[in-house]
Amino acid sequence: MASMLMDVMKNSFDWIPGALNADFAGAVVFGTPIGGHYVVEFVLLVAVVVLLLQKSYKPPKKPLTEREVDELCEDWVPDSLIPPITEEMKCEPPILESDAGPHVVIKGRDVVNFASSNYLGLVGNKKLIESCTDSLDKYGVGSCGPRGFYGTIDVHLDCEAKIAKFLGTPDSILYSYGISTMFSAIPAFCKKGDIIVVDEGVHWGIQNGLHLSRSTVVYFKHNDMQSLENTLEKVTRQNKRASKMRRYIVVEALYQNSGQLVPLDVIIRLKEKYRFRVLLDESNSVGVLGESGRGLTEHFGVPVEKIDIITAAMGNALATCGGFCTGSVRVVDHQRLSSSGYVFSASLPPYLATAAITAIDLLEENPDLLSKLRNNVAVLWRGLAEIPGLTIASDPLSPLVYLKLKNSTGSFNADSQLLQSIAHHVLEEGSVLVAASKRSILDKCQLPAGIRLFVSAGHTEADLLKAAASLKTASELLLSKQGHT
Amino acid sequence: MITIPYTTALTTLFSYGLLFAFGQLRDLFRKFVEWWKDSNLHGYAPICLGLEDFYVRRLYLRIQDCFGRPIASAPDSWIDVVERYSNDSNKTLKRTTNTSKCLNLGSYNYLGFAASDEYCTPRAVESLKKFSPSTCSTRVDGGTTILHVELEECVAQFVGKPAAMVTGMGYVTNSAILPVLIGKGGLIISDSLNHNSIVNGARGSGATVRVFQHNTPSHLEEVLREQIAFGQPRTRRPWKKIIVVVEGIYSMEGELCKLPEIIQVCKKYRAYTYLDEAHSIGAVGKSGRGVCELLGVDTADVDIMMGTFTKSFGSCGGYIAASKEVIEYLKFSCPAHLYATAISPPAAQQIISSIRVILGEDGSSRGAQKLTRIRENSNFFRSELQKMGFEVLGDNDSPVMPIMLYNPAKIPAFSRECLKRNVAVVTVAFPATPLLLARARICISASHTREDLLKALEVISEVGDLVGIKYFPAEPKKQDEGRVKLE
Repeated sequence: MASMLMDVMKNSFDWIPGALNADFAGAVVFGTPIGGHYVVEFVLLVAVVVLLLQKSYKPPKKPLTEREVDELCEDWVPDSLIPPITEEMKCEPPILESDAGPHVVIKGRDVVNFASSNYLGLVGNKKLIESCTDSLDKYGVGSCGPRGFYGTIDVHLDCEAKIAKFLGTPDSILYSYGISTMFSAIPAFCKKGDIIVVDEGVHWGIQNGLHLSRSTVVYFKHNDMQSLENTLEKVTRQNKRASKMRRYIVVEALYQNSGQLVPLDVIIRLKEKYRFRVLLDESNSVGVLGESGRGLTEHFGVPVEKIDIITAAMGNALATCGGFCTGSVRVVDHQRLSSSGYVFSASLPPYLATAAITAIDLLEENPDLLSKLRNNVAVLWRGLAEIPGLTIASDPLSPLVYLKLKNSTGSFNADSQLLQSIAHHVLEEGSVLVAASKRSILDKCQLPAGIRLFVSAGHTEADLLKAAASLKTASELLLSKQGHT
Repeated sequence: MITIPYTTALTTLFSYGLLFAFGQLRDLFRKFVEWWKDSNLHGYAPICLGLEDFYVRRLYLRIQDCFGRPIASAPDSWIDVVERYSNDSNKTLKRTTNTSKCLNLGSYNYLGFAASDEYCTPRAVESLKKFSPSTCSTRVDGGTTILHVELEECVAQFVGKPAAMVTGMGYVTNSAILPVLIGKGGLIISDSLNHNSIVNGARGSGATVRVFQHNTPSHLEEVLREQIAFGQPRTRRPWKKIIVVVEGIYSMEGELCKLPEIIQVCKKYRAYTYLDEAHSIGAVGKSGRGVCELLGVDTADVDIMMGTFTKSFGSCGGYIAASKEVIEYLKFSCPAHLYATAISPPAAQQIISSIRVILGEDGSSRGAQKLTRIRENSNFFRSELQKMGFEVLGDNDSPVMPIMLYNPAKIPAFSRECLKRNVAVVTVAFPATPLLLARARICISASHTREDLLKALEVISEVGDLVGIKYFPAEPKKQDEGRVKLE
């Protein structure tokens, strides 16, 4: 039996080389003699093809059964929609019983108002209200449509032309709300892959715009030009493709969060050196800075063409609502179809556009409003000199006077609480309304908390001194108690 | 769901293809020209990249005159459209001082409060004189007047929620509030045709966004089950919370939201609901309280109710209505409340007064009449259009009715021909709609009289024949006409 097996094996071993080398004289296919190795190669080829055609191995998938999904859904417990309400969240704002002019009525009492950025004192201006009344009578209150769909009223176009003419730019575009101006304009020009170098102290409207643009955002230290230069250097050196990307510097002319003035001359120098475009938010500086109120560019004597995009909210010096963006025709026209807050929102109520036109007219007719405002700021500064526990953090030219704690407690919330108690005290005891800074949970700004005083051209010297005096009393009382002085 | 006919799809695609090809050709020539001209922008990347504004330069500019037509009157049922001309083949348009009186089928003036109103306008003017156009301050600092307080109470009561918060712009309401309510680790399930403000709000929130098929509760359920079962991508942690965002009336479709079914699904899976009533509040429902009233949904079942005042109330701004705690939290943390200028006092007064009129608190029945009229007008107009063979989208009772145009050439043709016959219509194309689904949108107002509507129908029918947009066979004329002839 065993010998037979051996025999067969021996025979087959003999056969294999034989088969490979055998001269199959007869096996000629289409004139090609088929050698032994062809057979082997053919078999291998078939094997390769078969293997390639087979599906790759995957562990068998076991989808969740309906019952399992049901159970998971049953088990899922969502968080509550909002976190529990704490005492500090319940904040009752002061309720005005009059217009928000330099003097307001709160709870039947006359109060000096430093919480409205009514820089030129145009709130309550007869001429302004008259023009608005005419406009309201003619056009109604709302515009009932976005700009594209019969929401363009002729006063909108007049207002755009007026703003452009006032600032010396080729064209401008109106937005229906101040805060939406920046967060619509920025994503219209900055897309994924673009580089934005931005001050860390910018307000939420800009922050949101940066987020929505999906660009690469690099922050530099608040109003620190050395830090800006280093950042620009780093960004351009690091990135070989930088010259192919759109690059922007985003700054505020007068920072809402600190009252600081941006040194525009340095910005222009750096912008030209590193070839960045500048997006400047002039919300608090239009109608305030410069010889005739044309904003930061006029103040620094920089030609307005050097700034590529200027945005501004009109709810400050111009004493109306809404916002605008101005720049070259290209910049403005691009927004008319690409800026979501412009395209997808109802337009500005026509009477507010009229208000903006009239406000600019009033400013042009009464340039002494500006000197009055400057003078008022100086008076308040003098009054606030040596205020215990607080320092003025804002620029001497800024009508937004920003007081911050000399010795911070280290946390924004605690500082804010402390400052709010001062504001409360000042309102109750001194009949002066000031605004302590509050910060939304979405706001990424890290600047210290402060008390904001919006100086108006409408304030009298007595108003300013009263505010300074009552702030001094309050800070002495509340800060010395806690050892902050 | 819009099903585009096969041949129409082909011709539309062909048209866009042609426009694209010619646009590219012209771009090519422009490149040569620019080659010669020395650009002073060395080292700067162009501010608008080539393809970004290709659509604007090569497609939109050709028909620019159909959009953004300025008007010189209140957006009432008849408006004065300012004539414009162009000397550079439509690249820029210049205003003239001529106007033409046109029937307005474009503005969202659902209840007719856009024009001067005997009750609202005097009150708005009075508030203007008392409070000035603006407070120049944020709501928390010094921008809250007694009007603002009254407005919020009034809105909460009107909408049927315990509390409300008002902002100065509808768009901002959505885009600033969604990020406060939800963030990383949360999930927003959004209808596929939601408004851009919701899309931006969702994007700004950092939450994951999933989309469900437009107005399809069954698909919403599918998405919810899948998402709850699988949790967050990669980490597989369970979602922190889920917010389902829908609109009451879809502005480009005219469709009513299937709210009862959606609420049922959301309740079953414990998702929060966010209802945007921009177009429906004031316009539908027996007393104008929006889709909840119309479809019989208890407002307590909707967690967040949002709406705008630009449409039915003829003002500006938006609101959020919810439980007292939610509003308290929003007032503490919402950037629109903390950083934005408060809504203009006269605009606030306009809203208060118009709500009073709607509710009959002004001592007249004008509000009820307006509501009846808008329903009758809308249903009459819709059924007539359908009878003529137009492809009209949307549901009954909805004052928004889009007529499908499809082909790009029909957009300007329809708009210009209607304007020639003194009817101002809105045509909508990309980016507000998908590229292939261009349409004309008609908004009916309570201020339209029967004569107005008959004129509009006559013109639209005539232009419809001319432009070729009656995609369905017309319904045969009524029998009695034949009978008259027989006699």
